[in-house]
Amino acid sequence: MRHIISILMENEAGALSRVAGLFSARGYNIESLTVAPTEDPTLSRMTLVTRGTDDVIEQIKKQLNKLVDVVKLVDLVESRHIEREISLIKVRATGTVRDEILRLTEIFRGRIIDVTDTSYTLELTGNCGKIDAFLRAVPNDAIIEVVRSGVLGIARGERGLKL
Amino acid sequence: MELTGADILVRSLQDEGVEYVFGYPGGAALHIYDALYQQDKVKHILARHEQGAGHAADGYARSSGKPGVVLVTSGPGATNVVTPVATAYMDSIPLVVITAQVPSHLIGDDAFQEVDAVGITRPCVKHNFLVKDVRDLATTIKKAFHLATTGRPGPVVLDVPKDITAFKTKYVYPKSVSMRSYQPVTEGHPGQIRKAVQLLLNAKRPIIYSGGGVIASESSDKLIELVRTLGHPITSTLMGLGAYPAEDPLFIGMLGMHGTYEANLAMHECDVMLCVGARFDDRVTGDTKKFSPHAKIIHIDVDPSSISKTIACDVPIVGSASTVLDIMNDQLKESGKKPDAESLGKWWSQINGWRKVDCLNYDRDSEIIKPQFVVEKLYEVSGGDAFVTSDVGQHQMFAAQYYKFNKPRRWINSGGLGTMGFGMPAAMGVQFAHPDETVACITGEGSIQMCIQELSTCKQYDLPLNIINLNNRYLGMVRQWQEFFYDRRYSHSYMDALPDFVGLAESYGHIGIKIEKPADVEGALKEALNDKSRLYFLDFITDQKENVFPMIPAGAGHHEMQLSPRNSGQDGEERELA
Repeated sequence: MRHIISILMENEAGALSRVAGLFSARGYNIESLTVAPTEDPTLSRMTLVTRGTDDVIEQIKKQLNKLVDVVKLVDLVESRHIEREISLIKVRATGTVRDEILRLTEIFRGRIIDVTDTSYTLELTGNCGKIDAFLRAVPNDAIIEVVRSGVLGIARGERGLKL
Repeated sequence: MELTGADILVRSLQDEGVEYVFGYPGGAALHIYDALYQQDKVKHILARHEQGAGHAADGYARSSGKPGVVLVTSGPGATNVVTPVATAYMDSIPLVVITAQVPSHLIGDDAFQEVDAVGITRPCVKHNFLVKDVRDLATTIKKAFHLATTGRPGPVVLDVPKDITAFKTKYVYPKSVSMRSYQPVTEGHPGQIRKAVQLLLNAKRPIIYSGGGVIASESSDKLIELVRTLGHPITSTLMGLGAYPAEDPLFIGMLGMHGTYEANLAMHECDVMLCVGARFDDRVTGDTKKFSPHAKIIHIDVDPSSISKTIACDVPIVGSASTVLDIMNDQLKESGKKPDAESLGKWWSQINGWRKVDCLNYDRDSEIIKPQFVVEKLYEVSGGDAFVTSDVGQHQMFAAQYYKFNKPRRWINSGGLGTMGFGMPAAMGVQFAHPDETVACITGEGSIQMCIQELSTCKQYDLPLNIINLNNRYLGMVRQWQEFFYDRRYSHSYMDALPDFVGLAESYGHIGIKIEKPADVEGALKEALNDKSRLYFLDFITDQKENVFPMIPAGAGHHEMQLSPRNSGQDGEERELA
């Protein structure tokens, strides 16, 4: 099953490599990983998407907690949560495809953020499924480049991952 | 007054109460070595190789319970100490390893003797630091000691660039340190402990399986109290030997790949298992699918990630063995209950039946020296009271099986990583921690050559070690596996062109004796152990064909163990070598 693990960790040099090293050393897989400082500059927040059986996920959480730089973590999938991913997509937009892409972008509530005579660059935010669906809808040969941020997640309601 | 980083480093070690630093100097460490020179509180022990320094600090730590401290230079100094760091990590031994680093402005330039020490050691340390500001130095050292010695202990590496050791700042050594991201749990959950005690009281076929965690948390007495109150059989991992007295009738020997028949069968047949301070390592469990099929498992461990890692457990208790065993003993006392004598009696008679197999029986009348015989004689001659280190291989297993360890911290070996070359430098560290005690290093002609240069260190510091070299002219454990599993194709397990060990020991200024007959074993051991002023290198020429039994082959369960040909009635079968 897919899990989204949200981690608060010390904003120290090497903290990211400790997490990445743990996953490669123990053979866990990482589907996506994002990290940035939080409103408290001494802390970073990492969102990590992984897959595994319940036993493996339990071990992943224990091993992450064991890292000295990790302050706190939560598995967002355990309760109601929201996940979002941002993507920047550059497409070849000429002839009839140009109108089609514009329509698709509206349907998916994306925004065109750069235009040339032959291309559009658009921004699309949503859960992974929505971005995947958009990419399937666009004619395959039209896509020039896709950049995805990896998943960000937050719990619903008042609860927050804080110190 | 402001001090240089080097002085701060040395002062911090003094204030931390460090007695010995094991190390080797080099360019990036020169400021620190200069600061060491100008004081005499912290004594520096000069090894002959950084690996020797690391293992010596490790032996010091294992035998004393205090953290071992290592100081090496950058680059090759740091890479040479990686093996000792990994060794300590696998066995949860507290080490603080200071690696000097090239000056900050050169980091990343591929400078002379530069290596990314923090990157290289990351997967085999509890934590590591690169010190970037001299003002952080003292606090970081305090953190390193705090991390190394609390929770599940382990090695911490501190990488200190040369310029940091020259900069000056005010010196204040913090009395304590608290880290928001590091709060190890020590107290076990009382509800879980109550459940565990109930299970133990109601067990019909219980077993207690203890490990190195009991030694690390100094809980030997508490374990003894628990076992004697319950009257349950107890077995131990390789790392846990000595936590419970081996000569006590409730002790049924070591378990695992080369464990006793009775211990492994009791593990297989038990209905309740209490695992305290051990981690269900693959050498203990054999095939996990066949592991203890009827058991309800209680697992006490200070490291939550050890629980249900390889073997699912029914009653997890996260906490230090020390506090949890205390509470268990208290609850047992309060309840006043005893296990059911009848079912326990039946269980013991079953175990005693297995014991009668006498699985550690070997040919005591052999005309060639049997390695087991040497270990047994060492046990007798030392009164069972020596500190015994070992290297890795057959001799290590013989030492574990035939030397009856009755006290904790007496058995010093590389259990997890299995590091050949560990034994002699570790013995040096033990002798520094216990200058008046007998220290023996049981080794083989393969392992001893991996750190042989430390004979020179032993001379410099007058360490009267007793090197027990079980010399069978083979990498014995490799040869054993090749005999069993590779159709006797002895690929590169024969040690050709061995040195004359007696001459070698003498050239280092020690005493060497070659022993070729069983009748001479005891005399040589007595001579060596009675002389407390000299190092003796005893080169025992042992049986080349001896194998370690019992043995659980890879992929088998505890009940599928192979006994020695003597036990299985195939004795006398001629076996060819090479």
